Amino acid sequence: MLNAKDILETITMIHEDNLDIRTITMGISLLDCADGDMDTLCRKVYEKIVRRAEKLVETGETMEKELGIPIINKRISVTPAAMILASAEKRDAVKLAKTLEKAATTCGANFIGGFSALVQKGFAAGDRELIEAIPEALSETSNVCSSVNIGSTKAGINMDAVGMMGRVIREAAELTADRNCIGPAKLVVFCNAPEDNPFMAGAFHGPGEPDTVINVGVSGPGVVRAALAKAGDDCDLTQVAYIIKRTAFKITRMGQLVAQEASRRLNVPFGIVDLSLAPTPAVGDSVAHILEEMGLETCGCCGTTAALALLNDAVKKGGVMASSHVGGLSGAFIPVTEDAGMIAAAQNGCLKLEKLEAMTAVCSVGLDMINIPGDTPAEVISALIADEAAIGMVNHKTTAVRIIPAIGKR
Amino acid sequence: MRAVITVVGKDTVGILAKVSTKCSEHKANVAEVTQSVLQDLFAMIMIVDIDQLNIPFTDFSEQLSKMGEDMNLKIHTMHEDIFDAMHTI
Repeated sequence: MLNAKDILETITMIHEDNLDIRTITMGISLLDCADGDMDTLCRKVYEKIVRRAEKLVETGETMEKELGIPIINKRISVTPAAMILASAEKRDAVKLAKTLEKAATTCGANFIGGFSALVQKGFAAGDRELIEAIPEALSETSNVCSSVNIGSTKAGINMDAVGMMGRVIREAAELTADRNCIGPAKLVVFCNAPEDNPFMAGAFHGPGEPDTVINVGVSGPGVVRAALAKAGDDCDLTQVAYIIKRTAFKITRMGQLVAQEASRRLNVPFGIVDLSLAPTPAVGDSVAHILEEMGLETCGCCGTTAALALLNDAVKKGGVMASSHVGGLSGAFIPVTEDAGMIAAAQNGCLKLEKLEAMTAVCSVGLDMINIPGDTPAEVISALIADEAAIGMVNHKTTAVRIIPAIGKR
Repeated sequence: MRAVITVVGKDTVGILAKVSTKCSEHKANVAEVTQSVLQDLFAMIMIVDIDQLNIPFTDFSEQLSKMGEDMNLKIHTMHEDIFDAMHTI
């Protein structure tokens, strides 16, 4: 039986603490769209995406109103584009990117992810063409996201790909220099990329996934922070972990409900729920502020890595119990330029790249949304990617790099 | 199917009356009401049966929240499912 306290708690979470369903992502396999002719291939891709996802946005919006939970994004992820590009005789990756954009626009989806290549062990047909086309594709399209998996614990790191990616990131920034270098913000370089991640920019629909699937990403750093704030100052760390677990459980249950309902209404199998504390620049929606609520002076000081490890661990444990299938990245994201607390800490000089790298060893992703000086050479970017990938490869975890060379700025 | 209506705001005359009139207008049967007034902050939770609702649920919810705005109150109408999912195992 529901009681008033529980009801008010849910209302407060949604309306005061920015709890939301960050994304409903429909994963669509494009493997059956392969064709020797590039035009036919693009037509098949467009038709399949539109056929499967035409009701996605509408369903999301109806559910948002009926359940009373904000569902921020409705997105699509597709099979890594390099895999279908391989089948064409005259490969034109940019054309494929534009097709993806057109399909996403027709469906009304915010983003489409999957302009991707998996090259952890080497380049197959289509992979090089796709990677080389990334800067142009990201500059010519607005809602296509790209990712490249350059390493895995089993296969090691593909250093040729690492070298390429440094140049690709720089070029993507240069081509979009007139638009705040937006290109590389839509490009993620992964080690151990998850195949069912609903969060952009790294979402793609892995080759081992079913034909179509619904994945849901839930967020809510504000809720966790508020729960810790309410608990007061005299909690010990066990209690802190318990509060986080309990909150994560509740948030994930909501994600599970939305995922099941979306899957039923769209008649598409339910994939996974990904509970990731993904900050937004909105006040109170910050992961850094959770860490500070736990007792850190500022994010970046000594103790940050330990606090983040505790947070990430507790979030995962709470989430696992709440959902029938937990997947994706699940944990805490630390995108520096999207998190008010991180921005403040970086401006104070407390948060440095070295500390961030240490934090990525325990959080759910990696170096995310970091601006670097515009004159950073491609080789240095590659070296940064290699460092980050090494952490992921050795520690059996997903790591990612999404850095933005701010062209023209230092 | 049941929905939960929550009303939070400054206490004024006739809040309960107006909300329940709206419910009866649209054939939402009130199953349970709890309300509390703390100093002059009013909080009410109403559980209503929406099987017989004569308009779509989303319209009903919009009308209530609009009515809330006019009275300087926050009215949220949500499906019971969401609370069940979150608070019961």
